[in-house]
Amino acid sequence: MAVSFWILAFLTLASAVAAMTMARLIHCALALVLAFAGVATLYLNLGAEFAGLAQLLVYVGAVAILIVFAILLTRSSEVTAMPAARTAFSGSLIALAVFAVLARAIISSRLVHAAPAQPIAPMATVRQIGEALMQPYVLPLEVLALLLTAALIGAVLIALREKPSKQGAPTS
Amino acid sequence: MTPLTACLLVASLLFSVGLAGAITRRSAILVLAGIELMLSAANLNFIAFWRYGPHAASANHLLTGVLFVLFSIAVAAAEAAVGLALIVAIYRHANTSDVTEITELKG
Repeated sequence: MAVSFWILAFLTLASAVAAMTMARLIHCALALVLAFAGVATLYLNLGAEFAGLAQLLVYVGAVAILIVFAILLTRSSEVTAMPAARTAFSGSLIALAVFAVLARAIISSRLVHAAPAQPIAPMATVRQIGEALMQPYVLPLEVLALLLTAALIGAVLIALREKPSKQGAPTS
Repeated sequence: MTPLTACLLVASLLFSVGLAGAITRRSAILVLAGIELMLSAANLNFIAFWRYGPHAASANHLLTGVLFVLFSIAVAAAEAAVGLALIVAIYRHANTSDVTEITELKG
């Protein structure tokens, strides 16, 4: 395994831990951007250029902006949302147990060891991906387009509905 | 340790970090962020199996891992948009985004 993979994996995991443990929400959002960018660099490191750049565009470009906007709109950046001590302990314990089970399954799996150590990297040029999206995967692509349109309209309808308050004055 | 094992271990660690965040944090936005981290870990598994796993002989199935990740990223984007809109709507309604305080449906 290349050294670059381990460096990128360490950066990704460290920023993910920072995103989940920092006290102020806006710091969490910035660390989350770093974690998403780290995952994108891992994709690039593994040879999936198009998926890495799509991850960079969608997560770092769109989802991060959405999260920052949600933090600003809910005005919760002032509140330090630290977890209660008991919840933090038991939650970390559950996550550790899940990781232990997954690691045990991965290490003892025969499928993983059956894979060749250094296979030839499969080619995935943008041209091939485009042709695959237009020929065998055209139906999922259309369904996805419908889903994205519905999600866009639904998000706008949910977030922008002016709720008539009982006092007569608009709340915001 | 084979490269595939290393990738899978990193992805499961990322999943566990996201799970811990989604369970323990009280801010609804951070719960959603933890879920997004878990989705990213699953996508990393797809890419790892595409890169190192055994492939079918047909050239038609050579791109399945990458295409699955692309579709998954798009679904995650839709989920994030709707989820954050719901959080904003709940904030307008209950004036909080703390998941432990939104207990209207509690019996």
